[in-house]
Amino acid sequence: MANHRDFVGRKIHSLLGVIPIGLFLLSHFTTNYFIVRGEEDFNKAAEIVGGVPYRLFLEVFVIFIPIILHGVYGVYIAFTGSANTGRYTYFRNWMYVLQRFSGIFLVVFITWHVWETRIAAAMGTAVDASMMQNIVDNWFMLAFYIVGILATTFHLANGLWTFCITWGITQSPASQKAMSYVAALVFIGLSFVGVRSILTFAGVL
Amino acid sequence: MATPLEQKTNQKPVQFIVQRQDGPDGKAYDEAFEVPYRPNMNVISALMEIRRNPVNAAGEKTTPINWDMGCLEEVCGACSMVINGTPRQSCTALVDKLEQPIRLQPMQTFPIVRDLQVDRQRMFDALKKVKAWVPIDGTYDLGPGPRMPENKRQWAYELSKCMTCGVCLEACPNVNDRSNFIGPAALSQVRLFNSHPTGAFHKEERLEALMEDGGIMQCGNAQNCVEVCPKGIPLTTSIAAMNRQTTLHSFKKFFGSDEGRTGEAVSR
Repeated sequence: MANHRDFVGRKIHSLLGVIPIGLFLLSHFTTNYFIVRGEEDFNKAAEIVGGVPYRLFLEVFVIFIPIILHGVYGVYIAFTGSANTGRYTYFRNWMYVLQRFSGIFLVVFITWHVWETRIAAAMGTAVDASMMQNIVDNWFMLAFYIVGILATTFHLANGLWTFCITWGITQSPASQKAMSYVAALVFIGLSFVGVRSILTFAGVL
Repeated sequence: MATPLEQKTNQKPVQFIVQRQDGPDGKAYDEAFEVPYRPNMNVISALMEIRRNPVNAAGEKTTPINWDMGCLEEVCGACSMVINGTPRQSCTALVDKLEQPIRLQPMQTFPIVRDLQVDRQRMFDALKKVKAWVPIDGTYDLGPGPRMPENKRQWAYELSKCMTCGVCLEACPNVNDRSNFIGPAALSQVRLFNSHPTGAFHKEERLEALMEDGGIMQCGNAQNCVEVCPKGIPLTTSIAAMNRQTTLHSFKKFFGSDEGRTGEAVSR
C-alpha cells in the first residue's frame, strides 16, 4: 500500500459518514423524538440510552473516534477544494460546495453541542428534557440548533449520494439520479424529525 | 434593399476584451480590440485579424496575441480558452453566437505560457501515469487480439473522443494549487483502455496508478466536468465505474484473489 494512503483514507472517510455516524444519528434523532410524546417519555428514553451496558465503549468507538476522524479528514478535504459556483452554477456543483460548508459548520456546531450536553453531563448536569429546554430557551440558540440540525441532515443525505459513487454502487446516470431522490427524501424526513424535536424542546410546538 | 448578408456585413466592428500576459511570470492585464465584422467568423479568425493588424481599440499599436491552435475542427483540443466565462474551443466559438464584448481569457488551471496559450503538460503526464495505452510491442508477432463486442465498442468509442483539451480540468473545483488531482480526463481514459480486450491485460496496473495520491479519490463529485465536456463524454459515469473497479481491486488485493495479483508484485 505504498502510495495508497489517500485512497484508503478517502474511502474510510466516506464509509465512516454512513457507518457508524449515519446510524448513530438515526438513533440519536429517534431518541430525541420522544419529546414529541411528552417530557416523561423523553426522560424515560434518555434514561434507557444513558444506561446501556458498556456505554463508554460504544461512545468512544461508535461515536467519538469516527466523528473526530471524519471531521479532521473532512476539513482537510474541504480545504483542498475550491468553490467555483460563481462560474459553474450547476446543481451538483452547489451540492459540492454546500457539503463542504455544512461540514465546516458542523465541526463548530457538534463541538458546541457536545460541550453543553455530553461534557456538561460528565460535569454533573442531569440529562433530561430540562437540559435541552434550558439550552434552547432563547431565540439565538434555537436558531443555531435549527441550522445545526439542517446542516447535519443535509450533510448526511448528500453524503449518502456521494458514498454510493465513491464505493462504486451507482455508476449509471439513471441510478445516480434515482439516488438523488432517495437522498432528498432522507433530507426531508430527518429534517422533519430533528426540527420538530427541537421546536418541542423550545416550547414553540 | 440590402440582402440579409449585406446587412450583416455592414454591422459594427466586433468588440473583444482579451486577458493578456507577457510571459509565464508576467502580470495579467486586459486589452480591448475591435475587429471588422465578417460573416461566419469565429474567435480564431478574429485573433488572426488582430495578428495581421495588432492595434488595440484605443488605436495604439500593440503586440500580436499569442494563442494555441491545431486542427480548427474541434478534435485536437489545443485551442481551448475561456470565452465569456465558459471554457471551450475557440475554433468552434462563432462570433455571431457570442455576446459582445467577447471576453477571452486563458484557462486558469494551467500554467500560462503567454496571453491565451497555456501549457497542458500535466494532462499528458497524467496519461503516462495511468498508462493510457495498449502495450502490444514485442519481439515476435503476437497474432490477432480478442474481439470486442459491438455494443461495448460503441460506448468505448465515445470515451475515445477525448482530445485532452483541458476544459474538464478547468471546470473541476478539485483541480487547483492545493491538490495534485490528475483530473477527470485521465480517469475516463483508464476506463477506455481497461474496456479494451487487449488493454484489459494491464487493467490492474492502471487501477493501481489511479489509487495513488492525486488519483481517483481526489474527485469531489461536483460533476462540472460532464457538464462542460465539449465532446459529451460521460466523464462522471467513467469516474463511478473507476470507483467500482478500484474498490473491487483493492478488496481482491487485500483479501487475496487469483485475479489482480499485480498489486502484490508491485508492493514487493
